[in-house]
Order: sequence, then structure tokens, then C-alpha cells
Amino acid sequence: MIAEAADEKPRDGGEGLTFWFLGLVLLIILPALNVLPSDDSWLHVSDFTLNRFGKFLAFAILALGLDLIWGYTGILSLGHGVFFGIGAYCIGMHLMLTIGTESVYGNDLPDFMVWNQVKELPLFWKPFYSFWVAVLGAILVPVFCALIFGFLAFRSRIKGVYFAIITQAVALSAWLVFNRNETNLGGTNGLTDFKQILGFRLSESGTQRALYVITVLALGGAYFLCRWIIQSRAGKVLVAIRDSEQRVFFSGYSPATYKLFVFVVSAGLAGLAGMLYVPQVGIITPGQIGVLPSLEMVIWVAVGGRGTLIGAIIGAVGVNFGRSILTNYFPELWPFFLGGLFIAVVLIFPDGLVGLMRRLTIGSVRKTLGLEKPSAASEGAQP
Amino acid sequence: MTEDHSDSTIGDARTTTVTDEAGSSRRDFLVQGARVTAGVGIAAVLGNLGNWALSYAADKAPIKIGILHSLSGTMAISEVSLRDSVLMAVAEINAKGGVLGRQIQPVVVDPASNWDLFAEKAKQLLLQDKVAVVFGCWTSVSRKSVLPVFEKNNGLLFYPVQYEGEECSRNVFYTGAAVNQQAVPAVEYLMSKEGGGCKKFYLLGTDYVYPRTTNKILRAMLLAKNVPAANIMEEYTPFHHQDYQTIVGKVKKFAAGGGAAVISTVNGDSNVPFYKEFANQGLRAEDAPIMAFSVAEDELRGMDTTALVGHLAAWNYYQSVDTPQNKQFVTSFKTYCKKNNLPDSDKRVTDDPIEAAYFGVHVWKQAVEKANSIEVDKVRKAVYGQKFLAPGGEIMMDLANQHTHKPVLIGEIQKDGQFKTVWRSKGLVKPEPWSEYTNPEKGCDWIDHQGTYQKKA
Amino acid sequence: MQGRELTGVKDRLGIGAIAGVAALALFVWGEFARAVEASAAPVLSVPSIAGPLALADVKALTERLASDDPAVHDQAFRIIIQTGDARFLVLLDEAVVDADRATRVAVKPVKDLLKNKLKLASETDDVRRSAAADLGTSRQLSAVPWLERAAANEPNRWVRYAMEESAALLQLTVGETVLKARAATILGELQSQNGLPALKEFVQQAASDPVSREANQPALRAAQGAIEQIELWSTWANVFETVFRGISLSSILLIMSVGLAIVFGLMGVINMAHGELMMVGAYATFVTQELFKAFLPPHLFDAYFLVALPVSFLVAGICGLILEATVIRFLYGRPLETMLATWGVSLVLIQSARVYFGDLTAVTAPAWLSGGAQVMVGVYLPYNRLFIIGLSVLCVTGIYVLLFRSNLGLRVRAVTQNRNMSACLGIPTRKVDAYTFAFGSGLAGLAGCALTLVGNVEPGLGQNYIVDSFMVVVTGGVGKLAGTIVAALGIGSLNKFLEPSFGAVYGKVFILVLVILFLQRRPSGLYALKGRQVD
Repeated sequence: MIAEAADEKPRDGGEGLTFWFLGLVLLIILPALNVLPSDDSWLHVSDFTLNRFGKFLAFAILALGLDLIWGYTGILSLGHGVFFGIGAYCIGMHLMLTIGTESVYGNDLPDFMVWNQVKELPLFWKPFYSFWVAVLGAILVPVFCALIFGFLAFRSRIKGVYFAIITQAVALSAWLVFNRNETNLGGTNGLTDFKQILGFRLSESGTQRALYVITVLALGGAYFLCRWIIQSRAGKVLVAIRDSEQRVFFSGYSPATYKLFVFVVSAGLAGLAGMLYVPQVGIITPGQIGVLPSLEMVIWVAVGGRGTLIGAIIGAVGVNFGRSILTNYFPELWPFFLGGLFIAVVLIFPDGLVGLMRRLTIGSVRKTLGLEKPSAASEGAQP
Repeated sequence: MTEDHSDSTIGDARTTTVTDEAGSSRRDFLVQGARVTAGVGIAAVLGNLGNWALSYAADKAPIKIGILHSLSGTMAISEVSLRDSVLMAVAEINAKGGVLGRQIQPVVVDPASNWDLFAEKAKQLLLQDKVAVVFGCWTSVSRKSVLPVFEKNNGLLFYPVQYEGEECSRNVFYTGAAVNQQAVPAVEYLMSKEGGGCKKFYLLGTDYVYPRTTNKILRAMLLAKNVPAANIMEEYTPFHHQDYQTIVGKVKKFAAGGGAAVISTVNGDSNVPFYKEFANQGLRAEDAPIMAFSVAEDELRGMDTTALVGHLAAWNYYQSVDTPQNKQFVTSFKTYCKKNNLPDSDKRVTDDPIEAAYFGVHVWKQAVEKANSIEVDKVRKAVYGQKFLAPGGEIMMDLANQHTHKPVLIGEIQKDGQFKTVWRSKGLVKPEPWSEYTNPEKGCDWIDHQGTYQKKA
Repeated sequence: MQGRELTGVKDRLGIGAIAGVAALALFVWGEFARAVEASAAPVLSVPSIAGPLALADVKALTERLASDDPAVHDQAFRIIIQTGDARFLVLLDEAVVDADRATRVAVKPVKDLLKNKLKLASETDDVRRSAAADLGTSRQLSAVPWLERAAANEPNRWVRYAMEESAALLQLTVGETVLKARAATILGELQSQNGLPALKEFVQQAASDPVSREANQPALRAAQGAIEQIELWSTWANVFETVFRGISLSSILLIMSVGLAIVFGLMGVINMAHGELMMVGAYATFVTQELFKAFLPPHLFDAYFLVALPVSFLVAGICGLILEATVIRFLYGRPLETMLATWGVSLVLIQSARVYFGDLTAVTAPAWLSGGAQVMVGVYLPYNRLFIIGLSVLCVTGIYVLLFRSNLGLRVRAVTQNRNMSACLGIPTRKVDAYTFAFGSGLAGLAGCALTLVGNVEPGLGQNYIVDSFMVVVTGGVGKLAGTIVAALGIGSLNKFLEPSFGAVYGKVFILVLVILFLQRRPSGLYALKGRQVD
């Protein structure tokens, strides 16, 4: 394990550099291009584009968390959409309450409650009048849910395929429950029609720009958090769990504790992502929670490259960008493309885009030198 | 860890991912990072370049309109036909020289039945493609999700599907029915002598805005007509619900003794299992007719209709409507689908939303010609009071509330998936966005008021 | 100013006078017309009873049905009901073709009554039965003797039941007071669900009014007894129905998950495209049906389903073989990645089906699988569900035989227990894998074929139940058929047991929680493989 730690240093240095490049572009150049050039200039980045990137970067935060548990720890969760959704709903509830009487019905209550004949604000909505409660809730509620679920799951050593199936069932159930109108969460419509955040109008491009910058900063923070975790001693245990949980167990560690920890962290990141997503997109519906979106999140990580943090970011942005473009020009082809991506990423390039780039840059050199080793997928040993 | 290498191939594989680049230099990653950055940059620049070039296009350039219907995902089943209908109307207009001497260029996007994506695509149509008008949406969810986008950017949306009302947006024209043009007359029909004089109503729907709001209005209406609350049942199932055993069992119990009707707002693919179970558990259309608001010819096209025959539906148009312009419309829609090699082109049918989507385009065209402009505010004012000889008969856009005056038709489902009209309203029914039963004090008016207003008692 | 006002008054006077005269004239004319009509009535009715009817007579009768005078209406009504036959119905239809709306509305109930009277003598059980049911709610006392007469000669038990029920119901709702007690008792003995609302209404009405309470005392007691009897019965019928629904859902879950379970047991692979293989089976059924429609005579059509069963098994099996050869075989020992890859396959399959077949295609259930068998009062068992239950029992038996009585089964079991050892003993494990996977896929195809009976055929067909069947497999555990069967039965029955009170959604959530808690005790399902587990 110690040898491995030494091995990892230069890699992260490289990743870090890519990260700084990206950070520069995303944090300074894109917003600057949005503000400075005139609308007609070809250098101008439109509000729409910036906003869209903001959404992708929020997804990237989630992808980081997912990479942490799948790429590094080898636990496949097919239910991360739920944590994302909970975070999103928390901030969404706050934004709903700040609409006030600007809503369609001109009522203090959110619109959907009016047509659901709810006369009084349900108790669990009340704390969300406070912005800070909502922000904290967006992270802590998913963390809490993950804690309970993870505790039950890891304690009884549910793992591998079992864990994946159970999380998928959780995603399905959550989707069904969020769709119900009695839960007072807006049903299929979800929460939408937001007007302001902390007094800033969401329709102003300045507000959106600020949200974008906050998202980039949050992404940076998440990145450093994840990097810190994987470089710490705990990070080594996580990788060891991925490689052989049994041995970690016999070495005197408690894998369940570490797994729970990383599961909780990734749930928190998912909640954070949901929180940043909502004010930028302006709507959150159960559609983001179900089985399919949760699976798509996994594919972002896989496409970018498992086990590399930068890969998760690239994957999340890349896949969503591709989706935006493809659904525009070849709407019928998108499912083929996504399905093909699932297959290809498993069969052909298991290390994702990052692995592919590496292979292109160094692989050829190494091959000629006869140093090529088979690059394998990151997954736990199988019985 | 080094010991692991020797005895475990899998462990070895694990570590290779990590140790792969142990020897590689920093420079490789500089190159790599630059590559990523350049990729992102080039993509952004290319996109912008395209937009920039387009904005220099001349005045005579075609008028862009947006089509915002799901072409994939669960709603594609219904929405694809609307896209075809809009495209056909556009082709008709273009063949006659376009509008204001300019051709119409449709921009078709696919929100993939994903409500969040609807908002994104709407933004794109309005901000990036700068379309003059958008024809789109089916579910109320999707409409509600694009509504803020249209209001914020002062866009114009023609919405062609029956809906639950309680909305009065300046930026939307509703060419489908409001509740008082579909659900309310349908229930009145069921209560009437010729409709069977029903006394008990089972309101069954898929769990989303339209059924919930419609049933809220219907409940208020039934209570106002002295139907006791015990004779009204309300139940909602999730989307794609398949197992209707328990619910049909409940309906059976409810319907025992006769005089009952099921008011169904069940959506999409849940209908077939529902009707099948209904028939198989020994219930007949005479015991408890199902009055559906979401089943039209286009949905029946793909269904096994044996279990549905004799049940009812309420719409504003059927393919079987006997007018010369409808015959023309049905034929040209079929030929259009065939000519463009659309899937299942030989089996295509028309139905209410298809008709509403179709005449929406023509109404917009007439308004543009009247306003002599494509500016949203001018066009909007010109739409008020527009009349058009639609396939189902002449319709009129309301003078102030953005909705459409339409006839109401109750139809009985036939074996061939068509409807036989069993009742027809006298003349056109005036749309009421705010139902008199639930919101008697509210009105919708964009001429004398700013949208929704409080009526004086 | 003055003059103008005067002329105004004059005008008003003039108008008043004219109106008065007109009203008087109308009144006189109306009375006259009435008198004429009244005197004409008996004259017209004579030939209609005596000889065969002409269209003109029928027309006259229909017009009098629409009359406001109850006497005139009743007389016409009686004539029609008594003399009406099939030929008369035809005439009646002709007569109202160009009649005004009021006449049409007035004629409709009479026509329905007559129609139902004639239908009571129909050849078909269902027609007789629905006629009887319709008469029961018609509130026409004249139908009672027809029903009683028909019931006396009725061979079919359930049709007779409907007739007796309707007769009693009419007696109770519109009959004479003295007969009501007997009617109530009969309804009670029949356990009539349809009679329950009428009985309750009767009790309520009779009890609220002290005068009628006295008169109705015996009937009231009989009705109260009947209500108790019916409600007790309906509780039991409900229990029975719930159990049946549970078994029905379980059989669907079982037939879907059994193929999945075998593959999972053998290879540790969860095939996320299993649902789409079901879809393939459903489309194979659809294509078989279309071929039957196109190339074979219509009387053979109902047999298509029997052909579709093996066809869907084979088609899905072949798809499985291809899937195994192109994707799965490269992923042995990597179950999580197999899940992702097979999910990708499922997306591709769904979209291909959508592009090729369109969005919704219909499979017409064969006539022998439509409708249901009535086993008790108010309890129907739909044939399609009975068929699926039978099919799943058959499948499980077949699998049992295959696994435990055949050579292939022996190998499959050997590989499941210890792959390396089996390979050492010369079992071609890769081949066994491929065949087993194809077999599991074939079972999915069979399940898809069966599902066309209860739902529609659409690209997303497999998605609807798939997560449930994953749950069944996970709860059932690896390697034992019994685990899957018990899990399917448990989850299916529990679902249906919870649904009436919790609703479909919360019932499902509740089951998920139960499954998670259950896995606390047994993390690898009901029947885990015993022995040393190597990680």
C-alpha cells in the first residue's frame, strides 16, 4: 500500500495540471467572454451557453462523488439520483417559498399546493423559509439518508450486484414516492417557476453568472476534497477495499466503516450538486431521480475514466454536452448513442476518455518499448 | 502490496491502473491538459461562430419557428404526430408562398420526454435560434416547465392539447380544450337522461396535474349538482402503472347496483391493461361506462380495441367528423405521412390534438399577416378574434383570454379505433380558463386586465 | 313630449289587446287539439293489438310515447311492451329515424326494455345475462314475470342467478310492499352485490318515516338480515380475490425472474437487458399474430398464441445467444460491468423496437383467453391470468426436470457449484454458460409472450416490472429454484395484500424496506450457496 501511495503522486500532479487548465478556462475565460465582448462578436459566450455549462459542472460535482465510491472503492450505486434529487428538492423548496405572491395563483403557498387543495403549508416545508437551512439541508439530508441506508447495507455486507440492485430499487421507490402528489413535493411537475434567490432575480444574467462562478468554485472545492481523501490513509484503504475487501478485513480494518464513510461523502456531494443545479436550470422534477438518470450518472464516470477524478469531470461535461448536441440534430439516435456508450465504455475503453488519451500519448511509446501491461477495469475481485 | 503482485492476478490488474504512468513525465500531462482545454475551446468557438454568422442573415431570410415535441421517450407515442401535423401545416403555407412573402423554416428539437430538458430546449429555441413562435408541449408538466422561459423572454407558445385550465399566460395560446370544453360537458352528458343518468362517479387518473385539477373541478361540480360525496371516488395511479387488478376490483364493488360511471384521466400505456382488466373481470360498458379524456384515435391506433368498444370519450374533434374540409385534412395528413416515409405511415390517423396543432399554425399565420409583423406582441394582439375553418368546423380564438372557442363532441369507441359521435354541443363553447365551480371569482383577460383578475361580484 | 307619451300608452294598450286575443286563441286551439287527440287515442290502438303493425302505426305510437299526458304515454307504452317482437324493433328504429329529439328520448327506454326482453331468449349466455342485468336496473315492474319465466328454463347457473337477482331487485325497488320482504330475503340468499345499494336505500327510507316503518316492518327486518348476509359474503369474496390477485402477480414475477435467476446463479451476472428480451418475446408474438392474419384463414387465428409461445422462446433465446457471444463472454468475472453493458444493450434494443415497430402495437388476445370464469358470486377469475399462472407452473416444472433430470442440468449444476472443478473434469464451462444464458433468455421471451395477455406491446414493456424481478432474484438468492419461487410468491402476494390499504406506490416502498431488512439477516438471499465463499 505504501508503494502505491508513492506511485500515485505523479499521476495526481498531471491531473492537477489539467485541472488548473480547465479551472482557468471555466472560472475566468468563459465568464469573461460572457461579459466583455459585445453580443455580436464571435467571441461572445451567450448566457444560454454559460448557463448550460453551469448545469454540466453541477453534474460534474456529483460525478466526483460517484467516482469516489465506484472508481476508488468499487461499490456500484445505481441510486445516486436520489441523493441528487433530495439536495435539489431542499433548495427547490426554499426557492418555491421565496416566490411568494408572484405565483400564478397569487397565493402565498406554492402553486401546486393550491391545485392540490392544500390549505396550509405542511410542517416540513416551514424550516425552508430560511436560505441557510435549505443549503445545509441540501447536503445534510442526503448525508443522513446515506448514513441510514449505508449502515444497514454495509453492516450486513450487502455488496456487489446485490448492492447495485438494492440501490436501483431505492431509486425506483424514491421516484414513485416523489411522483405522488400527497407527499406535497409537487408530484410529476416537481418544483419550478422560481423567481429569486436571496433577493437576486434568477432571470438576471448577472445572477446566473454568479451562480455559474459559485458552481465552478464548488466543483474546485469538491475536487480538492476528493483528492485529499484519496491521498489520505483512508483513501488507500478504500482502494484496497476495491481490490480485495477480504484482505482488508483480515488486516484488521473494518471495511464497513470506510465504505459507509465514502458513501456518505459521495451522497453529500450529490446533494451539493443538486443544490447548485436547481437555481440554474429552474426546475427539479422526479424525472431526475429515477432509475435511468441514476444509471446515466454512472456512465458519466465510466466515460470520463474511473479512478481518476479529472475523468469524472470530463465525463459528466462531455456526455451531457454530447446529449445536448445529439438530441438537437439526431433525436432518434441519442438512445443508440447512449446505449452504445454503455457497451463501448465497458468493452472497449474501460478506462474511459482519460485512459484513452493516456493510451494515445504514452501507450504507443510504451508499446514500442514492450512495456505495455494490460489495463484492467477497476472492480472488486469476484467469487 | 508488493506481495500481492505475485499471487493475485486481479490484484495486479488493479494496481496497473495506478502504476501505469509511474514513469511518465509531467510534460505528457501538460500536453494532455492543453488538449482538453483546446477541445473545449474549439467547440465553444465553433458554436459561437455559427450563431454569429447566422445573425447577419438578411431580412428576406425564412421565418424560423420552433417545434418542441418529444420525439423520443415515453411521450413520443403521442407527440410525434403533433410534430408531423405542424410540419404539414408549414409545408402547406410554404407551398402557397409562405407568410409575408417569406418562407417558414421549422426548427425541430427533441426534449426527449424529459421535463427539465423541455426548459432547456425552450431556452435554446428562444435565445439561440430566435424563433418567432413555438408550437409544442403535450403534458401539463412540460408546459409548466417551459412557461417561465416563455414569460421571461416574451416568447409565444401554441399549446395544442386539452388541459386543466387555471392558467392565463400572456405568452401561450391554448388551442386545446379547457376543462369546461371537455370534462364538464362530458360529465353533464353522463348525468343526463340520454347519457344513462349516472349517479355515481369513480374518478380514476394518472397522478399528475391534469387529472388532479380536472378531478378537483369535477368534484366541485358534482357536489354542486347534489351528488353526495359518498358517490364520488377518486384514485390515482403512477405513470406506466400496469396492474389494475385491485383497482378494477374496487370499481366493480363501487358500480354494483348500476348508475355508475368511471371518469378516466388515465394516461398513455396504462390504458390497455386497465381496459383489458375491466372487461375480463366481467364489467361491461353498460354497467359502468368509462369516459376517457386522454384516449384519442392516435392512441387507439396501436391498441387492441376489443376491450374498449362501447366506452366513451370526450373531445372537440374526431377523425370521423363529417365535413368536407375534414375529409381533405385526413387525406392530406395521410399522404403527407406517406410521402415523408414516416413510420407506420399507412396506419396514421388524425385526432383532436393533431387537429389543434394544425390549425394553430394557420391561426398564427393569419395573425402574422394581419399584424404585418412577426413581433410577439403585435402577433399576439392580432390573434384575438381570429377565425379559422378548422377540419372539425370553424373555430374562433377568444377576444381576450388566449383560449379557443370549440365545439364539444362525445364519442363512442368503435371496433376500428374510430369514434361515433353520440352527442354534440350546440355551436361553439366559450373557453373558461378558470372554472366556474372552483374559481368563480376569477377571470382571464388580456385586453381589459392584466391576465388573471378578480371578477366583481 | 306629451303627445309622444300618449301615443306610447296607446301603443301599449294596442299590444296588450293583441297579446290577449292571441293567448285566448292559443288556449282554445290547445284545448281543441287535446280533445281531438284524446278521442283519437283508442281508435288508433285497436288495429295495433289486432293485426300486424304498419310503420305508420308504430310512428303514431312513438309520438304518443312522447306525449305529456301520462295516460296517453302509459297506454302506448303498454301496447308496445306487450306486442313488441323482433320485427317491431326494426320498425321502431325506422320510425324514429326522422323523429324529433323529444320522441327519440321518449322511445329509447322503451326500446331498451323491449330489446332486453327479446334478448332473454337469446342463444348466447352472455347476451341473456346482460339483458337480465339491464332489466334489473330498468325500474320496470313489467319485467319481473319475464325474468321469472326465463329463470325457470335457464340452464346456465350464472345466467339464472342474474335473472333471479334482477327480478328480486325490481320487486324490492318498485314492487308492492307486501312482496318486498320476500324480495329482500331472496337478495340476501343470493348474496347479491348489486342488491346491496338498493337494500340500504330501502332500509334508510323505510326507517326514516314512522308511518312506512310500521307498514314495512317485516320487509325491514328481512332487508337488514340480507345486508348483513351480503356484507359477510363480500368480505370473504374479497379475501379470496386478494389471494388470487397475489398469486397472479406472483406468477408474473416468477415467470419473469426465473430465467434471470438461473443465469445469475450460474454466472453471477444480472442481465439488465432481461426485460428487453421479454420485449423481444412480446414482439415475436406480435409478428406471429400478424403472419397468421396475413396468411392463414381467420378460423385458425385463435391458434396463433399457441404457436407464438415456442416462437417467442426461440427468438429471445437466439437473441440471448448473440448477446452472450458478443458482449457477455468478454465480461466474465466482472458482474458490475456486465450490468452496465447489458443496460446499454437494453437501451439499444428499446430504441430499435421503437424505430422499427413504432410506439404501440396491439396483440389481440385469442378469444379463448378473453373474459373470465365466475367461480363465486361476484368473483371472476380472468382466463388470461389463469393461463399465466398455469404457464409459470409449467415453466418451473420444466426447469426442474431440465436441471435435475437431464445431462445438461447436471453440468449446469456442477458449474454453478464449482466452476474450476467442473472445468477440470472436462465440462465445457463456456458452452454451458452460453446455453444456459440462451435458455434464460428464452424464458424471458416466454414471459414476454405471456405479458401480451395483460398489457400492451411497446418498446418499454420490459421496464415496467423489471426492477421487481431483480428484487425477486436478490431476495431469492443464488442457485436454488425454490428461493426464486418463494421470493416471487412472497413479494407478489404481499404487494397485493398491501395495495388495497396502502395504494400501489406505498405498498411497493414498504416491500422494499422489508427486503432490505430481510437482507440484514440473510445478505445473500433466502437460499445462499452453502460452503466456503471465496472473495
